[in-house]
Amino acid sequence: MTAPTVTSRKPPDAVSAGSSPKPAASGRGRNPREAVLALLFLVPGLAGLGVFVIFPLFQAVYLSTRGNDILGNPTRSVGLAHFAELFTPTFGGLLGQTFVFVLLVVVPGVLLPLAIAAPLTQRLPGMKIFRTAFALPFAYSASAASVVWLIMLNPGISPVNWALGLVGIPAPDWTTDPTWAMITVAGVTVWMVSGFNLLVISAGLAGVDEEILEAARIDGAGGLRQFFSIVLPMTSPSLFFAVVTTTLSALQALGQVQIITDGGPNGQTRTLVYSIFDNAFHNNNSNFGLASAQGLVLLVVGVLIATVQFGVLERRVHYR
Amino acid sequence: MTGRATRPGTAPTILTYLWLVIAAVLLLFPVLLTVLGGFLPSSALLHQPPQLFSGHWTVESYVKAWNQPVVPLAPAFANSLFVGLVIMAGHVVTSCLAAYALVFMRTPLRRPLFWVFLGTIMVPYESIVVPNALFIRSLGINDSRLSLVLPFLANGFGVFLLRQAFLQFPRELREAAVIDGCGHLRFLFTILLPGTRPAITAIAVWSFLQGWNMYFWPLIISSSNNSLNTLQTAVFALKDNEGGSPAVLLAGITITLVPTLLLVIFGQRWLVRGFTAGAVK
Repeated sequence: MTAPTVTSRKPPDAVSAGSSPKPAASGRGRNPREAVLALLFLVPGLAGLGVFVIFPLFQAVYLSTRGNDILGNPTRSVGLAHFAELFTPTFGGLLGQTFVFVLLVVVPGVLLPLAIAAPLTQRLPGMKIFRTAFALPFAYSASAASVVWLIMLNPGISPVNWALGLVGIPAPDWTTDPTWAMITVAGVTVWMVSGFNLLVISAGLAGVDEEILEAARIDGAGGLRQFFSIVLPMTSPSLFFAVVTTTLSALQALGQVQIITDGGPNGQTRTLVYSIFDNAFHNNNSNFGLASAQGLVLLVVGVLIATVQFGVLERRVHYR
Repeated sequence: MTGRATRPGTAPTILTYLWLVIAAVLLLFPVLLTVLGGFLPSSALLHQPPQLFSGHWTVESYVKAWNQPVVPLAPAFANSLFVGLVIMAGHVVTSCLAAYALVFMRTPLRRPLFWVFLGTIMVPYESIVVPNALFIRSLGINDSRLSLVLPFLANGFGVFLLRQAFLQFPRELREAAVIDGCGHLRFLFTILLPGTRPAITAIAVWSFLQGWNMYFWPLIISSSNNSLNTLQTAVFALKDNEGGSPAVLLAGITITLVPTLLLVIFGQRWLVRGFTAGAVK
């Protein structure tokens, strides 16, 4: 980021209305007016997050111990019954599917953009246009991407099936075959995240030190050796960023699952977030207690994954 | 931007282009299909593979998508624009003020407050969506657009990113301003904000995209009131009604994509600069 050019140096007597004339801003000593102003500055953010993030967390804990009356209002206490439901094979399977989904998204969702971004760093004509074009999937919302891909895979039109047919591979039933449904939903998600990840990884690759590469070249390092010994370590911060953000967006994916398979076939593509949506809001199920308990599991899983990623992966990240 | 001056031979160059073209076909065909599909007559679209360049163009599907009565797109477009712009304004204002207090003011409890903001980033929205939905219902604003945006006006990530940007702001400029007797508000608006425009633009672009593409929350809110459909939930409803006509569906989706495609094409420089400064370094 470049240093900004500051144009206006205001006359020294000008003191803007509302702000305290304080020469002590960077000096020592307390300035109560400044503290009050600081609190005023913090209030909008703290109020928004307090009312809609922090307080609801406590409410979620409360709700997770409640059952519903006929109208769906959480009233009677059911103790830890909802949490007991989390120690069942059904929920274990759901967690397993969630992890499979995250893996199926994160691994290709980071490697594919890397494989595309790496050649983009070469000084060849047209690379800028390629980079802009490859970022386009980033513009798609979950619902837009899902519906477009449903059309892409619709047997009557499918260009994908047509291309597979050219090489003699029979197309599977993408969304209804139990072994393929999860791969299809994950594939669409990979397509969605690849645009943003490509931007992030490209920025990281652009920062690779030219002189070090030159030195390696003189020492006789080949292209692959340069890539794995120099480029990859120097790009690791942006790769790490891509891994973390992709993991979180895969863990929280809802639109794709709901629109492409609606959790089916036979619950094969149910993930944790889909299950929260399903229990609480789908078909007026209104099982807010169970959904809240699952929401808390989602929070714990997210924090655990982030802790592991920061604890294990970040140690291997090379920061300059 | 391009940092490396690798001068590859002809064969690697051809391989590079070959790979990039393959990747482009794989990744961009859906984009091409979305934008062109809506202009195709059904006969060309329902051909396998779709004849994208048959030479017959029509805006019929766009007109049909826009005018279909089941999920009117005009109010959904207005709702989406409202959601995107209000969330963007909310994020920018609350994040700027909070980050300013955390960086440039003698704020009581500065550290713990920063950790509070940081901590909220860790909370997945889906974990608290149930209490929030019940709360918004209990407020009785179910039929107002306010319910679409109210939970999203503040954002810990924005505070974090702007704090990083403010910390990188040159100390000397701050000190010069203080010596000249420049008050907080004046410093913030005339010096700091213009000086950190890349980061603020990044937050603005990012939060508009977040708001515009939001799906879970509008789905819940609009389930009881169709007039609160955003384009994203409208597309879902359109799919059930126009499933037989992919051309109309694709035209509808292209309408939802206009602002975000423009932002990605023209705003990606800002996004990358803003994010990489805070996150990658």
